[in-house]
Amino acid sequence: MAAPAEETSVGVIVPQTVHFDEPLALDSGRVLPGYTLAYETYGTLNADASNAILVCHALSGNHHAAGYHRADERKPGWWEACIGPGKPLDTNRFFVVCSNNLGGCHGSTGPTSVDPETGELYGADFPLVTVRDWVRTQARLADHLGVQRWAAVAGGSLGGMQAMQWAIDQPERLRHAVVIAAAPRLSAQNIAFNEVARQAIRSDPDFQQGRYAVTGDRPRTGLMLARMLGHITYLSAAAMGEKFGRERRDTRGGYRYNYDVEFEVESYLRYQGESFVDRFDANTYLLMTRALDYFDPAAATDGDLSVALSGVTAPFFVASFTSDWRFPPAASHEIVRALLDTDKRVSYAEIRANQGHDAFLMPVPRYREVFSTYMQRIAEEVGV
Amino acid sequence: MSPLRSDLEIVANWVGRGDRVLDLGCGDGRLLRYLFDRRQATGYGLEIDPDGITQSIANGINVIESDIDEGLSDFDTNAFDQVILTQTLQAVQRPDQLLWEMLRVGRTGIVTFPNFAYYRLRWHLAVKGRMPMSHALSYAWYETPNIHFCTIDDFEALCEQLSIHIIERRVLSHDYKSPRLARWMPNLFGEVALYRICRA
Repeated sequence: MAAPAEETSVGVIVPQTVHFDEPLALDSGRVLPGYTLAYETYGTLNADASNAILVCHALSGNHHAAGYHRADERKPGWWEACIGPGKPLDTNRFFVVCSNNLGGCHGSTGPTSVDPETGELYGADFPLVTVRDWVRTQARLADHLGVQRWAAVAGGSLGGMQAMQWAIDQPERLRHAVVIAAAPRLSAQNIAFNEVARQAIRSDPDFQQGRYAVTGDRPRTGLMLARMLGHITYLSAAAMGEKFGRERRDTRGGYRYNYDVEFEVESYLRYQGESFVDRFDANTYLLMTRALDYFDPAAATDGDLSVALSGVTAPFFVASFTSDWRFPPAASHEIVRALLDTDKRVSYAEIRANQGHDAFLMPVPRYREVFSTYMQRIAEEVGV
Repeated sequence: MSPLRSDLEIVANWVGRGDRVLDLGCGDGRLLRYLFDRRQATGYGLEIDPDGITQSIANGINVIESDIDEGLSDFDTNAFDQVILTQTLQAVQRPDQLLWEMLRVGRTGIVTFPNFAYYRLRWHLAVKGRMPMSHALSYAWYETPNIHFCTIDDFEALCEQLSIHIIERRVLSHDYKSPRLARWMPNLFGEVALYRICRA
């Protein structure tokens, strides 16, 4: 993606952290004695704290959703397409908050943090967390920020699932739920992809049952493979074809008849995999994919999603992308249908886009337009 | 908010206070907005056009992107008091099946459509030998989304065949007025027909 114009970026952002001393009982039955959340904010909280929006990140995301950490940084936050002045999450009107999920590896407490009880890094001993656990931690962040009720909780992919969980678990604490390119639960195919990714990591000899911090030899190959696999599922066949086709890395001469990088798509995947290894922790990757697998609000209501959503009071905005085969329109449609079943307020847009699942991160014109329109309604509702 | 067209005003007057409404092909959501505000109605609009969806959202209604040609299986039987289909019947794949679906999910249906037997359209075809275009039918034949034109007599024959009861009919002529001629010979002088229907 091209660097955005100056005036539409939130600019240089300083991440913040907050520590919570109160123990947190997790879905797994384990209790965390305390935890830290890393977060960023964009825009200004208004006097009655009515203009705050919580943005939830996807599998490999973090709290750096918009802007830059340094003036000379090339790559902006992951949702730069949608957060900033004049963008759908317009920072001239809204106070946008994004936190790194518990279990993450970018500042929030997770496998790479020190366990206060042992004085050692948590590593593989960090408890598995769920989307519901994340909602609990973010509710405390809301308290810390003085936000009684979010104007909206918004997210794409796993972040969209989190927005849905917010609407279920804390109905009185959000006005709207914005659920983009998400699903009511993972399909068998989704779980299968996650399992291959996890096996790639866990079967890497350097994984050492997750205690790789002790030796310092991280499971680079496994994590790289997991990321490469993930990337394939984020793009549509058409988008990949358009971007790489059968383009050769070295256009001079014929095939080299070996297994080095021959095609551009191989080069791209290797680059994505390798650069990911430098910024992501393998235990966090395992934990995040498991949180995705476990997410299934309807499981608590005999598989009936409409019952699971029956206590929801926030209107929903749901959007999907036609070429997304990871969380296809049918998955979003299932959410919409469950909301319709109990007369909930919901609007749904199925956006024609060929970028696959990643479309939710891109400045697709119709996506930005309909998303902006919905957010403007919220802005009017809260008077900003 | 701009006033409703007079045909939509008639439709709005057929909707009761607090009714649950489904508007098929809700366009920019203007009718539903009006019904939400003036009738305290609740419900949803279905729309397939991206701009219509954005405008509906701007109008603050619940709009679901969907293709009504694929049926109304998202909705339970008797989920609505009113299911509304304004100026869209002629553009759907199977008007007969849609009418049936409307009266499955709704207690009553409201249907409006351009009457293809309107005398000006007959004139176009019979005398000029050209496919009709009019106030209510503003597309050229090669670009029209309207694939199933019908007349007032055709519609009423279909209702009889499907055992659909016509509760009320209104016929408007040019400019959506309701003059005497259209009441006297609706199939000839009516440009737009409006019906309230239910299961017989």
